[in-house]
Amino acid sequence: MEKIYLAIAFTPLIGAIIAGFWGAQIGRAGAHWVTSVGVGISAFLSIIVLLGFITGHREAFNGSVYIWMISDGITFEVGFLVDTLTAMMMAVVTFVSFCVHIYTIGYMAHDEENWPTGSKAGTNSYQRFFSYISLFTFSMLLLVMSNNFLQLFFGWEAVGLVSYLLIGFWSNRETAIFANMKAFLVNRVGDFGFLLGIAAVAMYFNTVDYAEVFAKAPELANTQIQIWGDTSWSLMTVICILLFVGAMGKSAQVPLHVWLPDSMEGPTPISALIHAATMVTAGIFMVARMSPLYELSETALSFILIIGATTAFFTGLIGLVQNDIKRVVAYSTLSQLGYMTVALGASAYAAGIFHLMTHAFFKALLFLAAGSVIIAMHHEQDMRKMGGLKKYMPITYWTSLIGSLALIGLPGFSGFFSKDSIIEAVHHSQIPGAGYAYLMVILGVFITALYSFRMFFMVFHGEERMDEHTKQHLHESPRVVTVPLIMLAIPSVLIGGMTVSGVVFGDWFKDVIYVAPAHDVLKEIGFHSTIGFFFHGLFALPTLLAAAGVGVAYMIYMKNPEIADKIKSAASPLYTLLDKKYFVDELYQAVFAGGSRWLGKVFWKVGDQALIDGLIVNGSARSVGFLAGVIRQIQTGYLYHYAFAMILGLLLLLALFVN
Amino acid sequence: MIALSDYLMLGAILFSLSIAGIFLNRKNIIIILMCVELMLLAVNMNFIAFSRFLDDSAGQVFVFFILTVAAAEAAIGLAILIVVFRNRRTINVADLDTLKG
Repeated sequence: MEKIYLAIAFTPLIGAIIAGFWGAQIGRAGAHWVTSVGVGISAFLSIIVLLGFITGHREAFNGSVYIWMISDGITFEVGFLVDTLTAMMMAVVTFVSFCVHIYTIGYMAHDEENWPTGSKAGTNSYQRFFSYISLFTFSMLLLVMSNNFLQLFFGWEAVGLVSYLLIGFWSNRETAIFANMKAFLVNRVGDFGFLLGIAAVAMYFNTVDYAEVFAKAPELANTQIQIWGDTSWSLMTVICILLFVGAMGKSAQVPLHVWLPDSMEGPTPISALIHAATMVTAGIFMVARMSPLYELSETALSFILIIGATTAFFTGLIGLVQNDIKRVVAYSTLSQLGYMTVALGASAYAAGIFHLMTHAFFKALLFLAAGSVIIAMHHEQDMRKMGGLKKYMPITYWTSLIGSLALIGLPGFSGFFSKDSIIEAVHHSQIPGAGYAYLMVILGVFITALYSFRMFFMVFHGEERMDEHTKQHLHESPRVVTVPLIMLAIPSVLIGGMTVSGVVFGDWFKDVIYVAPAHDVLKEIGFHSTIGFFFHGLFALPTLLAAAGVGVAYMIYMKNPEIADKIKSAASPLYTLLDKKYFVDELYQAVFAGGSRWLGKVFWKVGDQALIDGLIVNGSARSVGFLAGVIRQIQTGYLYHYAFAMILGLLLLLALFVN
Repeated sequence: MIALSDYLMLGAILFSLSIAGIFLNRKNIIIILMCVELMLLAVNMNFIAFSRFLDDSAGQVFVFFILTVAAAEAAIGLAILIVVFRNRRTINVADLDTLKG
């Protein structure tokens, strides 16, 4: 049983290594074949594993692959824990990665145009890209298959690293370099909290293995610890909040959300893979995996609820005023991550993971469709220069429509089942902050529909605002681009209805996700059947709000485009607030970036130049010189002085030692 | 009568005078040579005094040795002085400071 898991994890790595080191030798075709085959095998095996769990033939596996070291009684190892949660994540990650690999063959086909001639980074950039996305797949798989905190952290950091490499892929662009530094640094802040959390676990549980930690958690449920002075803190709350800080960084929750819109500087395939479907969901996955710990701390759950709700609503609002097609989808991702976080906070972990899965499919679809549009428009990303693309790109149009309908939660599509589960769960939750969260997610439904269909109408309908030259060249993208779109559209429609009863309300996560009886909102929802849920949701508030959102978008962007400009000038302060993303970026640039640079300058000018160089190094040299200059005066050169000194010394010795 | 301590005192005074003479001297190397002779004389005085009061002629015999050595040393000292003068063209002590640090 273990070999299949090794194969799933390591075939992408092998592909990445071959394409990375021998990219020049194997050429473009070699690179895309070796990585696509690697990830393809991984995807195929992951689906087999998943089917094994669905049919009940496969048992959960928890075993060690390689023990790195045993120190102070704690074992640090590479190990796999493959249960239903892992299997689901593996299948999602590898399937989306495989679609992205195929898509990239088309998207990056003319990548040499993006580099100046003679650029070193531009040589064999195609192979490098494939190596990176394969490497990412490997890192994400190690993260989700991990059975201990150390490997989780390794995967966590590795996906952050590959994200950095990929966002700054076009390293000749200054905006790309700015964005990749921003992503890595903001992630680092999250990782700092995460590492503190892991350290707290290692310190108080004396182990980093999941099974042992979860077994020991109930004993430590009421432990109090002192961190500063006399105030005591609940250990579980501290650990859970610290781990969640890591999730906030990785899954872009407010206030660590600022890196995700900037990450759109990277090529669209990675926006789809990393910043929609997989890496950003690592935080959500981690909290769900740690459910035995989170259930012991209501404070942490409250915190998660509030952060998630804030993210869900406020980032969605920013999406309303974006003109770049990728930014709209980026803010949409931020908002939906907020929904997943809210689900976790309401103890509806299964609903959160379910939304993670459905979202991975339709959001990756929306990104890849946006990429298809971008290729057709010769890399034009401004929606104000698009319009009426329906007749030129039918496949992209229909798959985009499917993705958008899934996103807004049209009853029957997969997004409907996952979002409505979350909304119902929050509605029933008693955790402090649930009321605020419910309001935020409900309003968020309207906002989501509004920005989604604003984008849809602006791009595919209405008057054609592009210039003549581009219009001449508009055509549907090649099959390597459209086939992945279709491949992702199918689960966006079907997977929700097919699996909601088992995954969210059934016992798919039976021994994996633990929910305390007092918090079990999913049980309270009283789910009877998928059809029942469908009809119940058909006339419920979320669906009506979604319809209203589509209607408003239709009225404004199809019927009366001037209204948009009138609203913008009438509500100009609000527009500026949203356009400047609540000035959070300016704040961070001034305070944190500027503050760090200032601190660096102080350490350089005062610490390094004045203190260490001036005072300690040069200062000691100078004082030695000074002392020498003083003592030198004893060497008069006159022999009789020396003779006198000898006699004085003799007298002194006589006086001291004779007697 | 004249006690031993008086002779010893005389010797001590002669010795310290000669030491003072060495480092207070700024003019002449020959003064230094003379002071060295004076030091030897002071020591001789001590030897004689002890020989008289301990009734042992060994002290006086030793004085002969010291005198011989003093004479040889004075001869060599003067020879060095001549050589110094030939090279430095001065016997002013203050001018001989090439060992200055």
